[in-house]
Amino acid sequence: MARVLINIPREIHAGETITIRTLIQHGMESGYRPGADGNVVPRDILRRFTARFDDEPVFAAEFSPAIAANPFLSFTMVVAASGTLTLRWEGDNGFDQTETRRIAVA
Amino acid sequence: MKRCLLMLLCCLPAAAQQRRSSFEDMARETQALQRDDATNPAMLWVQEGEALWSGAAGAAGFSCASCHSAAETSMPGVAARYPAWDDARGAPIDLAGRIAQCRAERQGAPPLDRESPGLLALSAYVGLQSRGLPIAPPDDPRLAPAVAEGAALYAERRGQLDLSCAQCHDDNAGRRLGSSTIPQAHPTGYPLYRLEWQGLGSLQRRLRGCMTGVRAEPFRYGAPEYIAIEAFLMRRAAGMAMETPAVRP
Repeated sequence: MARVLINIPREIHAGETITIRTLIQHGMESGYRPGADGNVVPRDILRRFTARFDDEPVFAAEFSPAIAANPFLSFTMVVAASGTLTLRWEGDNGFDQTETRRIAVA
Repeated sequence: MKRCLLMLLCCLPAAAQQRRSSFEDMARETQALQRDDATNPAMLWVQEGEALWSGAAGAAGFSCASCHSAAETSMPGVAARYPAWDDARGAPIDLAGRIAQCRAERQGAPPLDRESPGLLALSAYVGLQSRGLPIAPPDDPRLAPAVAEGAALYAERRGQLDLSCAQCHDDNAGRRLGSSTIPQAHPTGYPLYRLEWQGLGSLQRRLRGCMTGVRAEPFRYGAPEYIAIEAFLMRRAAGMAMETPAVRP
């Protein structure tokens, strides 16, 4: 399991636009670099990020080899009522990680 | 030896006047990355270190926390005091070396190699507990020879480019080498996340980078020379605030 940092505002009011910030530990090996033996290191990157709030998609992103290691993502969403935020990172070599966080409106 | 140290201390105030962390020379965006724990990628390693701290390892089933309890209460200021004198070896030891020693000899766990993710994670986690505290090298006369050796190594020309550390970091600090500002080389934030490395690295990795940069043969990881240079640099940076885990370009 890759280490993940997820930042959600502490106090949220209904109907408010909030910013979610995420950081995941991943090497994002581009597939273009030669290794110590001179051979190209095979690509190993995250391909897709999706965010769902109570099963409704709120944000998605496609990753490419030019994205730095340990990618940071920030997106905004409007929260009408309390619910569960599901964040999923998918990538090469079967990488698949899902994190859920409860978002409660005040 | 004492006289060496005394002389060194007398030389310090001149340099101490305009000492600045290379944090101040960074782009605003990179500074913002370091300032906010939600964006600082080094916090991923800190998280790992926190898990290692409380996880049992080795035959005896001890964790770091079994002896040291919570790092938040037992570790503040510790990273600011290294390198320290190690009685067992009769030599100075740096923080990463001490963690590796504790793990292998006291916990009986598989040893952690230099620059291994686990050792970097634990060093970052212990270092974080000293963030904001002043660097406070121990007042131990047994460390004086190492500090003097570090000062000599710092001033010694090396490599095909025939450059010493001091020629860049003392004589030309603040000027530019290519597009980057030459820092004063104060080790305030190690282990740190370097954008160039795309990961966390120790001061020894940074020193190694400078040595290969001047086309000198770097010392092996954990070499007493690195610890001597660190002892000198930490004394040179005494009183400056710890930034661990820092972000650098």
